[in-house]
Amino acid sequence: MNNQDLPRWATAFVMPVLNLLSALLVAALVIYLLGESPIESLGILVHSAVLNPEGLSYTLFYASTFIFTGLAVSIAMQAGLFNIGAEGQMYFGGLGLTVAMLAFDNSLPWWLLIPIGMLGAALFGALWSFLPGYLQAKRGSHIVVTTIMFNFIAASLMNFIIVKYLVPVGEQNPASRAFADAAAMPLLNQWFPILGETPFNISFLIAIAALVIYGVVVQRSAWGFKLRATGLNQHAAHYAGIRISKMIITVMLISGALAGLGSVNSIMGSTHYLSLNFVNGAGFVGIAIALMGRQHPLGIFLSAVLFGALIQGGFDLSLEKPNIPTETFIFIQGLIILFCGAMENFYAPAIARLIKRKG
Amino acid sequence: MDVSFSIAKGSIHGLVGENGAGKSTLMSILYGYYRADGGEILLDGQAQHIRTSQEAIRLGIGMVHQHFMLVENMTVLDNVMLGSEGGFRLAQHRAAVEKQLREICARYRLDVDPLATIHDLSVGAQQRVEILKQIYRSANILILDEPTAVLTAQETQSLFEILRLFKEQGKTIILITHKLQEILDITDTVTVMRGGRVIGAVPTAGTTKEELANMMVGRPVENYLPRAPYNPGAPVLTVQNLELSDDQGVRLLRDLNFTLRAGEIVAVAGVSGNGQSELMEILSGMRLPTSGKLDYLGKPLPFEGKSDADGLPLAFRELGIAHVPEDRLRDGVIKAFSVMHNTIFGYQDKLKNRWGLLDFKAIAKRCAELMKTFDVRPNNHDLRIGLLSGGNQQKVVIAREVLAQPKLMLVGQPTRGVDIGTIESIHRQLLALRDQGVAILLVSVELEEVRALADRILVMCGGGITGELKIEEFDTTRIGLLMGGMHKS
Amino acid sequence: MTFEDLHIASVLVSTVRNAPLLIFAAMAGLFAERSGVIDIGLEGKILASAFVSAAVAFATKNPWYGVAAGMAVSVALAMLQAYVAISQKGNQLVAGIAINIAMSGLTFVVAQYFFQQGGRTPDLGEARLFDVILPGSAAIEGVPFIGWLYAHLIGGHSVLVYLAFALVPLVHWVIYHSRFGLRLRSCGENPHAADAAGISVERQRYLAMLIAGVLCSFSGAYLAIVQSGFFLRDMSAGAGYLALTAMVFGNWRPFYTFLGCLMFALFQAIQIQIEGVDLPVIGRIPGSLIQMVPYLVTVIVLAGLMAKSVAPKALGTPFVKSR
Repeated sequence: MNNQDLPRWATAFVMPVLNLLSALLVAALVIYLLGESPIESLGILVHSAVLNPEGLSYTLFYASTFIFTGLAVSIAMQAGLFNIGAEGQMYFGGLGLTVAMLAFDNSLPWWLLIPIGMLGAALFGALWSFLPGYLQAKRGSHIVVTTIMFNFIAASLMNFIIVKYLVPVGEQNPASRAFADAAAMPLLNQWFPILGETPFNISFLIAIAALVIYGVVVQRSAWGFKLRATGLNQHAAHYAGIRISKMIITVMLISGALAGLGSVNSIMGSTHYLSLNFVNGAGFVGIAIALMGRQHPLGIFLSAVLFGALIQGGFDLSLEKPNIPTETFIFIQGLIILFCGAMENFYAPAIARLIKRKG
Repeated sequence: MDVSFSIAKGSIHGLVGENGAGKSTLMSILYGYYRADGGEILLDGQAQHIRTSQEAIRLGIGMVHQHFMLVENMTVLDNVMLGSEGGFRLAQHRAAVEKQLREICARYRLDVDPLATIHDLSVGAQQRVEILKQIYRSANILILDEPTAVLTAQETQSLFEILRLFKEQGKTIILITHKLQEILDITDTVTVMRGGRVIGAVPTAGTTKEELANMMVGRPVENYLPRAPYNPGAPVLTVQNLELSDDQGVRLLRDLNFTLRAGEIVAVAGVSGNGQSELMEILSGMRLPTSGKLDYLGKPLPFEGKSDADGLPLAFRELGIAHVPEDRLRDGVIKAFSVMHNTIFGYQDKLKNRWGLLDFKAIAKRCAELMKTFDVRPNNHDLRIGLLSGGNQQKVVIAREVLAQPKLMLVGQPTRGVDIGTIESIHRQLLALRDQGVAILLVSVELEEVRALADRILVMCGGGITGELKIEEFDTTRIGLLMGGMHKS
Repeated sequence: MTFEDLHIASVLVSTVRNAPLLIFAAMAGLFAERSGVIDIGLEGKILASAFVSAAVAFATKNPWYGVAAGMAVSVALAMLQAYVAISQKGNQLVAGIAINIAMSGLTFVVAQYFFQQGGRTPDLGEARLFDVILPGSAAIEGVPFIGWLYAHLIGGHSVLVYLAFALVPLVHWVIYHSRFGLRLRSCGENPHAADAAGISVERQRYLAMLIAGVLCSFSGAYLAIVQSGFFLRDMSAGAGYLALTAMVFGNWRPFYTFLGCLMFALFQAIQIQIEGVDLPVIGRIPGSLIQMVPYLVTVIVLAGLMAKSVAPKALGTPFVKSR
């Protein structure tokens, strides 16, 4: 069964929606088995995450980070690479950001600090993805295993660095000192007070910009053309004169940089210091987003918002229904990856038969 | 398509034909890979239904494929035992099987050590292991598919010795080949196939190479398309002593020498698998040669100092070398991309503006014109190219390459999988290019196509050029002989 | 710097006790990958079987029922993976990652639902598997080195430890000296050859995944029942990936994979001992840096800087009949 033979409306819209619904159906079943009503839970979730302005603001705040990690995984996927390392790349990117802030936050104004912070995050994120990319391109080492390893290495390394170098003397908390006020991302509630006391900041706008740039570059630039060709058919890409090893390394660098940028929202937008494990699974959410959103800018955006809603709504849901803790949404994440990623063609034969019968 | 033939027991029977003649399909049915639509198979007078390879094996039919079915990191012994191990504990059977294998080796002079690991063996030895497997499984009918493609002259002789011993033991052999000398050397009877039909079946003693060659290639179509008088210009490509060997040292291209001039079409004829694909890959920059001197417009092609061919085809394109690949879907197009995207495939860097972006409006316009000129249907440049027919896909590829105004064009099997109407338009295209002064190297297994397009013909067999003819010297018999490995003499 | 300072004795004993977690998982991965299916989902299977075995052991007060239940769950997950990889011909890596993430969440949620203890199971107390005390251990106790060697290094471990160590030669035999193993290997190296020889590649791979599910469950059971006595969120902490690394390090061969597992177990044991100890030149090595070592070793192995790693040729490629 070759799903490239199915019409575009089927592969780009119907099947992803069916896959998502399958995942949610299983989730609903589990919720039911936990003794709760799936409909009621959905209601609470929607109300919390979307229907009230403060909740929506939180949803979009989370989504801002997810857009970056989703982009990171998506762009690598366009080249046929499965970058599981977004988690570690974002973590290490956070270090780059922190180093820049700790160095400059008392001497530079905010409109310099923000770009410098972003640069630091992107640079360090790319640093963390360089080696796996290089090893895949030049030595054929499988990028999935190397990036997973780098996630673990990052966890240990960052633990060491934070504890040894960043914790201010006399403090117990495994975190760096707080940044100066200048090093904070402007909050959007300054312009829209209705959003309430939320960390929703301009990172969201930067994320949207990133989505647009991604869309333009991938779909409309010569480089993006070569990127997609490499992911779709390496033989033909070689025929077309594309330098495959250079493409792999470049994509991984960009992917790492994007993942690193994900840390800007959490750190400069919310906590204002680097803390242990601040990433908290955002890198893995990026994988689910890339698969669910089919690496399309609009898909990534919607998926990121959906996950933001799941996190925000899930949090409130867990408070009201102790039987549905926030970890439930990690489970749902896994289901989405399963149905939208590994089983993406599950419905293809059924759809093909339907089309044949109609036509 | 309605094939009937019979083979006497205890004889060696040859099955000859060009590509697509139907030989492999026929044998695949016999071995259970395909099921016939109609007709019957009679073994020893008894009708049999062969649905799987296991059934074929049980009936005593064994097949030695062109691509060996061996597990490289296991021993000969383990490979033979695979599928018929004789019990859960391998050890209890191993000793007995080893003994049996050594007996078989001795009887048929196979010279294989059952305890050797496959990847340590030479290609010839690996083939003998395949034969050993079949004998061990008590095959009475042995089918060999193009066995000598990977063998040296010596190894071929050893193989034939083994086959003769086989025959003496009363076993039947079917030898699929396109090399005529082999037919004459070893077979008792021969069947010639063409286009899915049996053309003739004769005893080998009573036929000649010429007769076989004639049956194999048939009579070419007497349709001539108009072309300008033959007036070749300066040499565009000079190839000297071109050699290519693969990782295992097998010589894929042997000492090729030829020149290609502006305004001429040189066709490389021959059964596929004799080095033509590799030649195209090297000339287009997709693969590095092992050694040789290749000059393009007086300067050497940019192979110097390269450790691999990554990104090299781009340099070749910039020099004005265009390539219509043999395997259109694997190399030439991206199935999921639209027609429009495929028209710039390979040339995307030339079409970007100063921001690195592609001007899709202009590209679409260009594509629309192109589709009109080359009559690509359906006339919708947004369609995924995978949905177009083979002929239309090919038109897009050719159009793309032509638009780059190359000086040298490499064209591989341009009309493979293309309908009759489109074949003619593609031929006209190529002739027009030739008339405009482009040098064209055409690789084709269709002799009719060669006849229609070539100014000069090079025939390849076994990785080397067996003969060179001018189009006036075109003679099906002679070409058939050259394709079958008989050198000019 | 004396023998006692480095507590070499306890390091060795710890190594023996850390190893089975990896050994079971690595042997499971070995069967899967030798048949040509990539099993990145070991982590998820370990977690799932750890939870289920702890929960059932607690509920029934019988560790063996726990082991059996863990096995059932692990096999179910393995069959799901097999279905995706073999019948759906889907992306095996994505399937494995999906299972890992899904189980990370689900085990916590179900644990919370049943036990209300913050996503963990209650202490098993007495319902743990028995230790094997070798005969005469008490008598030999007094003898300086041999006493320790006999009673504490070789003897005195949980029964699952012995099972793990005994598994290695068994797996070796099955893979290299049995009919099943021969067919298994052919499916992983050249499935077309296996198919031509009349073997059902799909069936073989499903069986391989079944065995992987069974073996992996022991890893989870060991973790929860023997090592800890309870289930805790994400308690596998990357063991599944380390097991895979041991396998790559061991070139997909049982004995060398086993050595890889021992190596990682040793690192873990040393890490605990070395924390807080002043070494001659380097001073104190922080625990977090030592934790990194196994993963660094993996990357080095994969970069081909150590022995040339030769994976089964057909690994990760769904089998499609070529004719």
